[in-house]
Amino acid sequence: MSGDRLQRPARIDAHGWAWRHGSRARPAVEGLDLVIEPGERVLLLGPSGSGKSTILHGLAGVLGDDEEGEATGRLLIDGADASAARGRTGLVLQDPDAQLVMARVADDVAFGLENLGVPRPEIGPRVRAALAAVGLDLAPDRSTAALSGGQRQRLALAGVIAMRPGVLLLDEPTANLDPEGVLEVRDAVARVVRETGATLVVVEHRVPIWLPVVDRVVVLGRDGGVIADGPADVVLQRQASELRAAGVWLPGDEAAVTPAAAIRSRADGMRDREPALLRARGLAVARVPGRAVQSDLDVDLHEASVLAVTGPNGAGKSTLALTMAGLLRPEGGSLEASDRLADGAASEPWRWKSRQLLTRIGTVFQNPEHQFLTGSVRAELEVGPRALRLRPAEIRARVEPLLEALRLAPLAGANPFTLSGGEKRRLSVATALATRPRVLVLDEPTFGQDAVTWRELVRLMRELRDAGAGIIAVTHDDAFVRALADTRVMLGHPVGASTEVPA
Amino acid sequence: MSIAEVRPGLPLAHVNPVAKMAATVPLSLALLLTLDPVSAGVAILCEVVLFTAVGLGSLLWSARTLPVWIAAPLTGISMVLYGAPSGAVYVDAGLIHVTEGSVAIGLATMARVIAIALPAVVLFLTIDPTDLADGLAQTLRLPARFVLGGLAALRLAGTSIDDWRTISLARRARGVADRAWLRRGLGQAFALLVLAVRRASTLATAMEARGFGAPGVRTWARQAHFGRAEWGVIAGGCLVAAISVTAAVAAGSWNLVWS
Repeated sequence: MSGDRLQRPARIDAHGWAWRHGSRARPAVEGLDLVIEPGERVLLLGPSGSGKSTILHGLAGVLGDDEEGEATGRLLIDGADASAARGRTGLVLQDPDAQLVMARVADDVAFGLENLGVPRPEIGPRVRAALAAVGLDLAPDRSTAALSGGQRQRLALAGVIAMRPGVLLLDEPTANLDPEGVLEVRDAVARVVRETGATLVVVEHRVPIWLPVVDRVVVLGRDGGVIADGPADVVLQRQASELRAAGVWLPGDEAAVTPAAAIRSRADGMRDREPALLRARGLAVARVPGRAVQSDLDVDLHEASVLAVTGPNGAGKSTLALTMAGLLRPEGGSLEASDRLADGAASEPWRWKSRQLLTRIGTVFQNPEHQFLTGSVRAELEVGPRALRLRPAEIRARVEPLLEALRLAPLAGANPFTLSGGEKRRLSVATALATRPRVLVLDEPTFGQDAVTWRELVRLMRELRDAGAGIIAVTHDDAFVRALADTRVMLGHPVGASTEVPA
Repeated sequence: MSIAEVRPGLPLAHVNPVAKMAATVPLSLALLLTLDPVSAGVAILCEVVLFTAVGLGSLLWSARTLPVWIAAPLTGISMVLYGAPSGAVYVDAGLIHVTEGSVAIGLATMARVIAIALPAVVLFLTIDPTDLADGLAQTLRLPARFVLGGLAALRLAGTSIDDWRTISLARRARGVADRAWLRRGLGQAFALLVLAVRRASTLATAMEARGFGAPGVRTWARQAHFGRAEWGVIAGGCLVAAISVTAAVAAGSWNLVWS
């Protein structure tokens, strides 16, 4: 092996580095001073908007040129400008769907090697070694479209480590994965840094997951400067309250959530007197007509209760939720709304007009971007009330309190697409609440959310539940289920399910 | 999703897509020069025999070639109804003249559409997008940025189908799906466009982070070969063109369209 083919851990230097996006007045990162020694494993923490992603993108050299933004100060990899150091850094992004380039597994891993001009005879062995390093034992010509989220993220990691970078940069690599996928990816990263000795910089909200892998924690303040830096245990102890306020999950936080069972309220009594809001019998559900993913489901949603739908990826959880939400027509069996919920409309929710759904069932989709219709946060909240033809005064009376309650007031004029992940989630929940539906259906509401947004969602759902709403939540998040669920529907991989009351 | 499908396990699937595209050129040119039933008829016969011989018979008669069998008679009928009239008149109703001459032209047109489109469709169904990109970039030496950008766009087109479904459900949930279909469709198309652009820019960042567009010479993990099989396929295409032209000339039906 020649020397340049060996992987050398890289050193990172930031000296007064700042970056401002072309379209923004305020810099995303300002005055960053940071040195990371070769081989260090760093967890980068900070509130949303502190520029964590911008720093990783800057280190990866993909921030773009002068047209896209303005950089000042210096950002160096091994003493050379980061934007010229392609191949020395490897970046893995959050979205498992958006970073696969090629249709076949081996081709995807080879993509970076081809770009670096690696001679063909070397590509095959390096691809195989990278796949083995992340623990992906798949046929080389396996379709990348057929992989699970965890497998896709490990594939993206393989594509990066095949290039033998000196620094691995991971931008919330596990935020969009189910619990199984999270551990798969974390363990693959741990193995890779152990074997290669590469420098690691990872951005994640869920600290307990990543603590075993990192040896240093750097905390950024709201303005992008470093406010704490040092060995993981020391920093986490000293900065615990600031970190919690910034939305960081600390060890022990998930267990500290009050379980739903412990705070049963006046809602209990209300429940059994009324017929179920939604009653499914022998229900079969399908996203594409004719292709049922689950059948024979018996599910009841009661007033003032939270129903959690759980199960592995691909089990049809979202399909069940969207069917109960009246968005998909049942493939078989029956789904009926109580007379009180139907309120004069047909008894089967899928027959309702789009406008009739508004006051009856609100749905919050997994990806908020699928639901955005307008150019500003305020207009987005007005869509539902307008469709109900409420008077302007009434619309204002609904929108203003929601803006305040969900901390969206300062963003009222912002374009929904430019919001952070947590802000988008709060907005999509608020749009559903603006028309005051009796039933709220949420698809993975806590995916990729920091701890602050998480706690707000739990509090809000409890308030809605106590006010009498029926809530269906599709989720992988055990803490969320413990905090809220009265009933849990567990969908299995084959067609079939079981219902139980969580302990 | 057919556009993101892994290489179909079909005969000729491993042949360089550039050769398959090249093979259809001689016949298409020959049939564009003449308008006669003999050349097209002979070509169809040769195609059926050749495709069956290499094992593509089942694909040839599958539902996936149905568009050809539907489109061809439609083109033919329009020529029968509106083509230049000549010979005996069968029907005469205003703009519509069905004559001996227009029926002949209609039949010839239909045969010609089948003869040109059938091999193109069948061969295209054996092409894997990745192989096509390799062929375009390595055999035809088209710029890598352009070819791989196109390939990535093709992959995103598959996710757009799922996005479209989800967006239509999401808009129903937002209470705006009761509008007339045209207005609804336009709004939804715009939403899809916004999402597609966002996905594309994330993918572009991921590609860039893996050195795409970096200065220096790019290598290719898969070699686009161009050997006997490729020349064989092209020879097959030339042969079919030659046989059809010869047959038409021998039968005396060869007529250049401009003469």
